Amino acid sequence: MFDATELNASNRRKQGLVKTLFLMMTVLLIIPVLVILTVLIVKGGPVLSFEFLFSDPKDEMTAGGIFPALIGTVWLVAVALLASVPLGVAAAIYLSEYAPDNWFTRAINLAIINLAGVPSIVHALFGVGAFVLFFEFGTSILAASLTLAVMTLPVVIVATRESLQAVPQAFREACWNMGATRWQTIRRVVLPNSVSGILTGVILEVSRTAGETAPIMFTGAAIFLPFLPEGVGDQTMAMSLHLYAMATQVPLPDHAANLPYGVALVLIGMVLAMNAISIGFRMWLRGKKKW
Amino acid sequence: MDSVATQQADLAIRTRDVNLWYGTFQALFDVDLDIKQGIITSLIGPSGCGKSTFLRAINRINERLGYVRTTGTIDVCGHNILDERVELVQVRKQIGMVFQRPNPLPLSIRDNVLFGHRLHTPKGERVSSEDHDGIVEDALKQVLLWDAVKDILKRPAISLSLEQQQKLCIARLLPVKPALLLMDEPCSALDPAATSAVKELIWELKGKYTIVIVTHNMAQARRASDECIFMLMGKVVEHGRTDETFVTPKHKETADYIEGRYG
Repeated sequence: MFDATELNASNRRKQGLVKTLFLMMTVLLIIPVLVILTVLIVKGGPVLSFEFLFSDPKDEMTAGGIFPALIGTVWLVAVALLASVPLGVAAAIYLSEYAPDNWFTRAINLAIINLAGVPSIVHALFGVGAFVLFFEFGTSILAASLTLAVMTLPVVIVATRESLQAVPQAFREACWNMGATRWQTIRRVVLPNSVSGILTGVILEVSRTAGETAPIMFTGAAIFLPFLPEGVGDQTMAMSLHLYAMATQVPLPDHAANLPYGVALVLIGMVLAMNAISIGFRMWLRGKKKW
Repeated sequence: MDSVATQQADLAIRTRDVNLWYGTFQALFDVDLDIKQGIITSLIGPSGCGKSTFLRAINRINERLGYVRTTGTIDVCGHNILDERVELVQVRKQIGMVFQRPNPLPLSIRDNVLFGHRLHTPKGERVSSEDHDGIVEDALKQVLLWDAVKDILKRPAISLSLEQQQKLCIARLLPVKPALLLMDEPCSALDPAATSAVKELIWELKGKYTIVIVTHNMAQARRASDECIFMLMGKVVEHGRTDETFVTPKHKETADYIEGRYG
């Protein structure tokens, strides 16, 4: 009575086939990542040294290190964050906690989704038009960072809004019913319980910003500028552009052929480290969550 | 007989011609009610009869929905809360509300009790830690929770049992000295033992506070309220002393409902 019929057996074979197929697809997905990492480590690993990280490029970028590009990327990311985080978090709080459901709110939401879909080269040209020329910031860290900020704003808004929405509605109602204003509710209950998610979103954004090339190319990053920027009005080198320039614009002699791999390894290391911190942070906070 | 004036002073809630619409759907029809001070009044009726809607109209939390329109007058302690000059924050402070599901805030037990009090303490007015201790103790004693939690006040409120959470949700209303406590099926998420514990507490609060309670539980309405309002299809059918209503209801609909013929 409990023996397998012909139909059971055939269904089981089909099920096994489908499962194997999906597993293979998943493995295919991982292969590029593994290949990239392996190549970078094998070729770029030997390049890495204290001197590589902390000295200026020399001899038309065929020797020396990446220090100005490293510091330049930190500048660009930091200034971009200073601009996008307050703006993005404020907008997300408005959209999540205050905005009524009407055509205006829907239009803003649509605009945010579209902003996220704009290609980065278009952001770059917008940055040139708006920040470099119209606001007369010139090609500078300020112009480049603001361009990055505009580009990453949708990520900050969406991440923040999602963490705000994750706070149960019952908490808000409890507050309102004791006579709390919306702001008191946000300040005392909603924000303290969503700050972890917001920070995670921000860190993820940082890692994305660090790798962008197009938006900073015409707005503030320079290919060869072997000294550190002194303020937001200066131009600067940046890791991503440095990599692009070394790989495509500079004829490298054989002894320097592996330098771009080193740059790429450091860049990817920065991004992965950021992601790891973000994931670890999220896990830690999730463990602490009180509801 | 008392004069009309003193009679009105005895009223916690006096509504006249209250009509309420959700969009185009009318949920309340000409509700005229006089609810007395210091007693427990229960609101009963089948699902969708408007009893929760009426309760929510009394502290204007319905308005959160945006598409709700209310007409008529709702006098609470002699003041019409539908008046446009009324400060909503004061309405919500004076009229506390308890919900079906306990909804303690993700704070410690102590901070939950102090939450409302802190909201309504003027900026710059320092309240000493001892005063806060006193407020917490007093509120928790009133809801019969003090002995159970006095050593764990710093623990998250969410770690309490549902029964204790619901008592805490009542306790946190008390420090701002509300004129009225509204309870929307406060026991429906609780098991039978917890239900009777919370019912006991509500009975304990009688006299100190005016309580209006929506309930589906006939036994609860019968044993734990002084007066009883039966609603049907958005209208008030009957309002009287609970013992009389349950023994000799004046309307057939009331009798049918009480005997479990519908709802």
